[in-house]
Amino acid sequence: MYNGGKIIFGIFVFVALAAYPVYNNIGKATVEPEPKIDTPAIQKLSEKKCVESKEFMKAEHMVLLNKWRDLAVRDGQRVYVASDGQRYTISLQNTCMNCHSNKKEFCDKCHDYAGVKPYCWDCHVAPKEGDHGDR
Amino acid sequence: MGIDRRDFLKMMGASAAAALGGLVVVEDIMKDIALASKSSSKPGAHSTSRLAMVIDVQKFKTEADYERVINACHSIHNVPDIGNPKNEVKWIWTDTFEHTFPEQQEEAHMQESLKELPFVLLCNHCENPPCVRVCPTKATFKREDGIVMQDMHRCIGCRFCMAACPYGSRSFNWKDPRPYIKNENPDYPTRMRGVVEKCTFCVERLAEGLEPACVEASKGAMIFGDITDPNSEVRKVLNEAYTIRRKPELGTGPNIYYVIGGTNNA
Repeated sequence: MYNGGKIIFGIFVFVALAAYPVYNNIGKATVEPEPKIDTPAIQKLSEKKCVESKEFMKAEHMVLLNKWRDLAVRDGQRVYVASDGQRYTISLQNTCMNCHSNKKEFCDKCHDYAGVKPYCWDCHVAPKEGDHGDR
Repeated sequence: MGIDRRDFLKMMGASAAAALGGLVVVEDIMKDIALASKSSSKPGAHSTSRLAMVIDVQKFKTEADYERVINACHSIHNVPDIGNPKNEVKWIWTDTFEHTFPEQQEEAHMQESLKELPFVLLCNHCENPPCVRVCPTKATFKREDGIVMQDMHRCIGCRFCMAACPYGSRSFNWKDPRPYIKNENPDYPTRMRGVVEKCTFCVERLAEGLEPACVEASKGAMIFGDITDPNSEVRKVLNEAYTIRRKPELGTGPNIYYVIGGTNNA
């Protein structure tokens, strides 16, 4: 084998570099994102609950948002009746973000962690986050 | 290798059965097609209302009257002011009589004051909208109440609708509009680069029971309502005054009516 030493050294360097993320994170617990819900609007609520249950919102909020989008834009229906009978105005900007006025501490926390980049904010105006995360 | 009589008969039987089965399927498909064409033969056939607008041209007296109406719309809907006419985005705007009603040019000796008057223009929310017909993603569609609506989530920016619209009611976002919005309305979305936008007859305001923003700002020069309702204000105005529409000969069925004349001429 010509240049055997160089080739083996090269392979070793390549494997070391390629596997860097693996051995660098071995044994380390990743910090789970904790979206914050301590906005002024939520603090004022007597019962701190979202449109649907926390578990549903955690897993299916994007499904609900898609449904809301179709209801409002395509069907012109702008009132959502939740599973507990409560009625909500269908609006990402004016209903969701009214309570969750801390996009950076709420939406972005998990989205950054999961590496997803939802394009909602290309058009929808995110709340202005001032000192207290309220607009 | 030949086939014997027994196998031949078996094959005949099998293919006959398959053909019969196929016929049933074809019949079903034909039924579906018949149903589909029945329900879509008349756009908005199920709807009960038809929203329309009457614009009384003579009630716009000064430059400020137009600007008030245009600003009301553009500020609420986060319409950018780009400045450069090539990249212009507009929901409601003005143009000359000549451009508004090109087919009326034969009236060579008409009222001279009309020729200089700017006319307020917006999406005509056509009865038979060509923009809806050409949209490949069904991003633009006709609601049951007659509004030609645009779903920004679906728009791919192909601009077929802009080519189809004979009224120039549609604008393309050549660049990110956000830097050109002076005072962003936090209650309404902006658009992004690469989508087409136009007037929506203020669907978001109608849902709250409000009139369109331009109508509210026009101080009575624009009247909005359901044209099929005999008691509506639009119906009454249409019964009283002679109105014309933009390019009705194209068969789009525009729903914006213009009151041109009037006794109290400016």
